[in-house]
Amino acid sequence: MGSPLRIVNGRVFDPAHGVNGAVQDVCVRDGKIVDDVPPDAKRIDVTGMVVMPGGVDIHCHIAGPKVNLGRKFQPEDHRTDVQLRTKLTRSGTGGSVPSTFATGYRYAAMGYTTAMEAAVPPLGARHTLEELHDTPVIDKGFFVLVGNNLLLYRLLQEGRREEFRQALAWWLAVSKAYAPKLVNPGADELWKEERNSNITGLDDKIGSFELTPRRVIAAFIETANELGLPHPVHIHCNNLGHTGNVATTLETMRLAEGRRAHFAHVQFHSYGPALGKSQHHPTSGAQEIAAFVNAHPNITADVGAVMFGRSTIMTADAPLAYLLHQIGGGKWVNADTENESGCGIVPFTYQDRVYTNALQWAIGLELFLLSEDPWRMVFSTDHPNGGSFTSYPRLIRLLMDREYRKQQMEQVNQKALDRSGLRDQQREYTLSEIAIITRAGPARLLGLTAKGHLGPGADADITIYEEDPDKEKMFSAPRYVIKDGELIIEDHEFRADHEGRILHVAPAYDRQIEQVIEPFFEDFYTIRFANYAVDDRYVPHHQIIPTGATPS
Amino acid sequence: MSENVKIVQDATCTFCGCVCDDMGLTVDLDEHKITKAENACILGKAWFKGHGLEERPFALIDGREASTAEGVEAAAQILAQARFPLIYGLSDTTCEAQRVAVAIADMIGGTIDTTTSVCHGPSGIAFQGVGESTASLGELKNRADMIVFWGGNPAEAHPRLFSRYTVTPKGMFTPNGRKDRTIVLVDVRRTASAPAADIFIRVKPRSDFEVLWALRALVKGRKVDASIEQRTGVSLAVLQDLVARMKTCRYGAFLFGMGLTMNRGRHFNSGALLALATDLNQFTHWVAKPVRGHGNVTGADNVVSWQTGFPFGVNFSRGYPRFNPGEFTTVDLLVRGEADAVLVVASDPASNFPKAAIEQLHRIPVISLDPKATLTSQLAKVAFTTATYGINVAGTVYRMDDVAITLRPAFESPYPSDEQVLSAIRDRVRALLGGNRVPAAGPAAAAAS
Repeated sequence: MGSPLRIVNGRVFDPAHGVNGAVQDVCVRDGKIVDDVPPDAKRIDVTGMVVMPGGVDIHCHIAGPKVNLGRKFQPEDHRTDVQLRTKLTRSGTGGSVPSTFATGYRYAAMGYTTAMEAAVPPLGARHTLEELHDTPVIDKGFFVLVGNNLLLYRLLQEGRREEFRQALAWWLAVSKAYAPKLVNPGADELWKEERNSNITGLDDKIGSFELTPRRVIAAFIETANELGLPHPVHIHCNNLGHTGNVATTLETMRLAEGRRAHFAHVQFHSYGPALGKSQHHPTSGAQEIAAFVNAHPNITADVGAVMFGRSTIMTADAPLAYLLHQIGGGKWVNADTENESGCGIVPFTYQDRVYTNALQWAIGLELFLLSEDPWRMVFSTDHPNGGSFTSYPRLIRLLMDREYRKQQMEQVNQKALDRSGLRDQQREYTLSEIAIITRAGPARLLGLTAKGHLGPGADADITIYEEDPDKEKMFSAPRYVIKDGELIIEDHEFRADHEGRILHVAPAYDRQIEQVIEPFFEDFYTIRFANYAVDDRYVPHHQIIPTGATPS
Repeated sequence: MSENVKIVQDATCTFCGCVCDDMGLTVDLDEHKITKAENACILGKAWFKGHGLEERPFALIDGREASTAEGVEAAAQILAQARFPLIYGLSDTTCEAQRVAVAIADMIGGTIDTTTSVCHGPSGIAFQGVGESTASLGELKNRADMIVFWGGNPAEAHPRLFSRYTVTPKGMFTPNGRKDRTIVLVDVRRTASAPAADIFIRVKPRSDFEVLWALRALVKGRKVDASIEQRTGVSLAVLQDLVARMKTCRYGAFLFGMGLTMNRGRHFNSGALLALATDLNQFTHWVAKPVRGHGNVTGADNVVSWQTGFPFGVNFSRGYPRFNPGEFTTVDLLVRGEADAVLVVASDPASNFPKAAIEQLHRIPVISLDPKATLTSQLAKVAFTTATYGINVAGTVYRMDDVAITLRPAFESPYPSDEQVLSAIRDRVRALLGGNRVPAAGPAAAAAS
């Protein structure tokens, strides 16, 4: 945990407490922020520097079965971007899907101290936790895929709502997940059983089930809220990437009916209908999405911005990955998980001269610039789908620096810009707003009450930047990073290694539900029911985030 | 048999890549052996019965009995002093042990390689080239109505692949089990697996690639000349019939073995099969899967990949991972006389490597970890006796379809686990080196030289 520490004279940005650049000290003891420390405590003078809570990534793909396939798949992406071993730290490789050690160290070196892996089938939970264990420094957790789960579908189809609720709690608990995740609900049955087809709208029939995406999504939103989860439900809507999908996205948001729901990477879901002759040239739907989110305080979102360059499409949305494979013609991975999920992986490059890619880039920026509540429209690139997490500093600069944004806009496909509203946007994000969208906001949306702020009792995860007019430079390499009160990075160098915690929920459930689940395992799984739940050995260093209401 | 008997339900068999987790083990705790293994196949029964406790020294140093601690000291000295050390094996131990093995290789700037490099390594290379449409085994059970086995003999090598996962089980969309499926076997000879198939296709040895490429052409609607039969032994009519079935099934699956990967063509063969599965997805759903041999070779691929970015054949001497099969794979490093020390974990290269590689093993210090005496442990300078994973040791293994399963050991062993021995070696090497070994020259300098 490190010895007591006083960080002296920094310009503090702690939006959760309304602190906006005031010069004040921050005190740390036993891994937590405290009011004061004894006078003999170690002091770090950060006069003139910017002090923020450690960054919190609400949505990224950094560990688990699909991520490891994406790593193994692309040796060409690793060899030019290596992570050197030091006396203290392990080596690794980078590229758009870095090795676990490189992932942890690179997040830390950028001032991020928490990250959430956003899509893991329950059957892959054990693997994911093993990888997260080898992802140093940061705290981490994962969202578990439940939106194409065949037993949950059966319960829902048969109207067994109480058992549905108990089963959802069971799945969250036994996989040691942080939140339930829906990805293109209903699509897996069409993909696997009906010759690689896809859901096209909320009222499509889901394969052999008497269900529709509309019914499935509404049930998950309602049930996740009933369970009192810190992050009720994380939704990747149907029709991702398709022209005109803004209608589906808005319809899905309406299903929440005032309940909490988080919408992932909304940039990929904000495409308006095609204009003119081409079917393939969507327009920007950012205005409509931003307006809806602005007007509905129950709805939260992360942007999933696109950054130009090399990425990897890596998703539980298998039909989408196949579509991109057919367009690009390159190598492709598909991986079906029994009763639970699909998955697709395609190497991808976003090019500034390409209409669609330029439009995606513009929509991502528009969503940020049109958002009236930074607490509810937070930062992400859906790493590595929209771009690597290592491109976050450049994205911050695009938001903070209008002149830089203008220069970049000149480089991209102008027709695409014409069909976005980006040229009209003069807004520049302030440091305080950046602190909201990259740490305070995501922490609040995740229900992590000890993160994203610098008040007494908060985890002492602190990042200290040297101010620089070039915000990309400033946010690329903080001078100091403190994790759980320990000085990990000092003068841009690693001073210590650190093992972060696994963050997960453990909602209570009625053990009777196992009488319903076990027979399904006997019939349709190839792993024994008794061997399915992940035990505590996989989370040697963990923290259970409490759930509010417990199911009766 | 004594009165002191324990029953372990839902135990896992780690003999082969099927990693069946439905074993019912009867354990005689006084005799330290498993007397009954319910649900085990013939291979699994032999595995469980053959791993009772044997009286063996904890370690042997130059053939003399020693304690584990003395062995650790000797092994650490060897690894800390070696200039081009190699760590090999890993496919018959837990992921927990594998993680420590990669950590040691990284710390000392050595090479890490697994038995993948001599079995499905070519499939790993093909995967990097063309990708793979794949699935967990339960999808085959629940959905597959056509399964093509290619270059393998599951009836003898993976008996329960047929009965538990693919050919006969009843699943959600295959309620009648075997009756709902078309089974095809492609091989160079009629094996014990042939009776399980509806269609057996015998290809001439060394012509798998040609058959696969002809199938790809037919799937894409191209013309294939009838002379294909002279080249491959398979008539055009048979190929056309197969393609018609493959394009019209609902959920198809290829399961392929080392008949493809360790044959003329190697990764070209695997790549052709993976590409064929990809092509077929234009028409209907198809997946493909290499059938893996060792109980946790899939775990080794996963661990080495998540820690380094590459699946096997990874060298750390420049301070970061480099992947180059043929350069950093074990047989090659030994045959060329480059490796100057080898740590072998749960593998017996001295029994099955090429002669020139085994000769190098005799010339350099070898450290071995194995529950049994092997040809490798007999030539080793330091030979540890370790407990057997799955039988005495808990931990994690990955089934051939990347599903991770937690082991339920049957009885305790007085011997340490691979993980314990490797952790002790790691800690001692770290103390000897004063932390990770950092190369004097950075990557730029190294690349320029």
